[in-house]
Amino acid sequence: MFQTIFPYLLTGISVGGQYALIAIGYTMVYGILRLINFAHGDVFMVAGILMVYIVASGAPLYVSIPVVLILTALIGFVIERVAYKPLRSAPRMSIMISAIGVSYTLQNLVLYITGGLNQFYPKIPFISDSVTIFGATTKMVTVITPILTIVLVVALVLLINHTKIGMAMRAVSKDFETSQLMGIKINNVISVTFVIGSFLAGVGSILYFSNYTTVIQTSGAMPGLKAFVAAVFGGIGSIPGAVVGAFIIGICESIIKGLDVILMKAGLTKQMLGLATFSDAFTFALLIVILIAKPTGLFGEKITDKV
Amino acid sequence: MTIIRKKKADAATWISIGIVALIYVAVFVAEQLLPPTHMLFTVLKKGATYALVAVSMNLLNGFTGLFSLGQAGFMLVGAYTYAILTIPVAQRPAVYQYFDGGLVQFTMPVIPALICAGLIAAIFAFLIGLPVLRLKSDYLAIATLGFAEIIRAVFQWKNIGALTNGSNLLRAFPTFEDFNIRAADGTVKLYLSTLVPFLIAGVCIGLIVLLLHSSHGRAFMAIRDDEIAAEAMGINLSRHKQMAFCTSSFFAGIGGAMLAMYTASVQAKSFTSAMTYEILLIVVIGGIGSVTGSCISSFLFVACSEWWLRFLDQKQMIGDFEVPLLRNGFRLVVFSVIIMIVVLFFRQGIMGTRELPDLFRKHPKKAKAAKGGKA
Repeated sequence: MFQTIFPYLLTGISVGGQYALIAIGYTMVYGILRLINFAHGDVFMVAGILMVYIVASGAPLYVSIPVVLILTALIGFVIERVAYKPLRSAPRMSIMISAIGVSYTLQNLVLYITGGLNQFYPKIPFISDSVTIFGATTKMVTVITPILTIVLVVALVLLINHTKIGMAMRAVSKDFETSQLMGIKINNVISVTFVIGSFLAGVGSILYFSNYTTVIQTSGAMPGLKAFVAAVFGGIGSIPGAVVGAFIIGICESIIKGLDVILMKAGLTKQMLGLATFSDAFTFALLIVILIAKPTGLFGEKITDKV
Repeated sequence: MTIIRKKKADAATWISIGIVALIYVAVFVAEQLLPPTHMLFTVLKKGATYALVAVSMNLLNGFTGLFSLGQAGFMLVGAYTYAILTIPVAQRPAVYQYFDGGLVQFTMPVIPALICAGLIAAIFAFLIGLPVLRLKSDYLAIATLGFAEIIRAVFQWKNIGALTNGSNLLRAFPTFEDFNIRAADGTVKLYLSTLVPFLIAGVCIGLIVLLLHSSHGRAFMAIRDDEIAAEAMGINLSRHKQMAFCTSSFFAGIGGAMLAMYTASVQAKSFTSAMTYEILLIVVIGGIGSVTGSCISSFLFVACSEWWLRFLDQKQMIGDFEVPLLRNGFRLVVFSVIIMIVVLFFRQGIMGTRELPDLFRKHPKKAKAAKGGKA
């Protein structure tokens, strides 16, 4: 039984870690701007495409990985300055629509550049290698992802709790206007948030696409949505919440993908039920259940409506 | 300020009705004169479909203030219902080749099937609305988006393949072309394949406009402007939200059925969230809260993407000079840039919250004040 489930569990933890890295970007931006950054999944996808092109141009990996991460962070910064900053005083719906517009633009831009063809993600030595753990063969990236995720999250939490910019971020997310009156340059704080979020999405994209091997303009949409669900599940605005939510969603999704096989081996069902179809649907079902049962998520703070 | 709504239709209203009637006549005449493969008809057919879906989305997002992103899901339900009900019995074994000819073994006429498409979509909306409509703004958006994805996954599940044909195509149902009246030898006597979608969309949009002008419509707008104030005025929030959600989905379902007729085949995987985004952008370009705007911008959007901007996708030569950048996909890039400009700098869209008759009123401000009771 354990032998059957373990590989799925392992994949789940790995996918969960990748979702977690994306989810942090959502949760931080939401915490500060109260905006669902629909374009975040596409930033993640663009990071993948950048990697393909930079490696193809002949740059060695120790150059291309940092360059990709810096460029991704830069893209996050530019998106915020161009598409969200002019709308700061506009109704929330306008900013959300702008985010959808950015997502549409990024996808079309990538479609134009790649010609709409699947791009093969470069093999990165070491993390693409095979490894055997407890009898389950998998890629090294599966093992690295959760460790790297935890390390980055701890670093981020330290940054938020123990530095000046971290304090400013906490202040802005508590009260936008008051922190402005206290002399915090909110535009800088928001930019830093976007840079950190995009940087982590860039790291996530290296891990994710090493596992899935191809990138296309739509490959950011689903991971993006799932990471968002993870952020909501954990309580949007809370970084540990986003990480926990992402791991739960990654593991559940992976187990549902293998549920047919698991049930068959356990002798519970006689034939394949095609339950793998529901692995995406499950994520959203979970979202709806959590929104209705506990709208603030696992670790979220209660928000009251003011008249 | 006391506001008395004018009961009698004024001149501007009559002019508007005249313009709409003229458009219909023009469509009818153009169809008889121009060759049926002309690009204009593709644009008109798809534009009419998108206009209906955009107006149905506007009813929810623009007039009731519920930011819902589930439109593609309800279109999918409508498209499937229509296709399943209208495939001729003789064709079913061929279409459902992996599922023994499928479960449904009868065929409905087009119009009842269209209404069924709307009703089934509305039933789905009712069930989804029960939990989801309690959520606010962005949570609602994500939850409806999620449900659209779930619907898409469920319709592709092979265990209900006898009904939905699993992830295979549904085809062979009546399309817009079947509205042409043909003589016995197969030649077309009267072209109606563009006028009929116009009529269907026109009737549906007309019904939406009537709803918006009723007391329910005013309740929707009150909810949009201030939920708490609306509730204090005695408007039943959950009932009206549910009503707006179901009505919008009903028409989205019909729109989905029309899209099925336009494309002549249905497959669940084409109803992605990208489709919802596209429709949302149409609504934004037209002006959130303007039915006229949504209609105009759907035709503009479809015309640009299918016809006018097509040249951007091919290499163009000016003399010996090859224009740079032009190749497959460039059209969409130009398109997205235009959309971003509208979103960032022209947030009112084409029409803002004005409607067609407002354009002919002498004092636009006064006209707005007269409408102020509902705007």
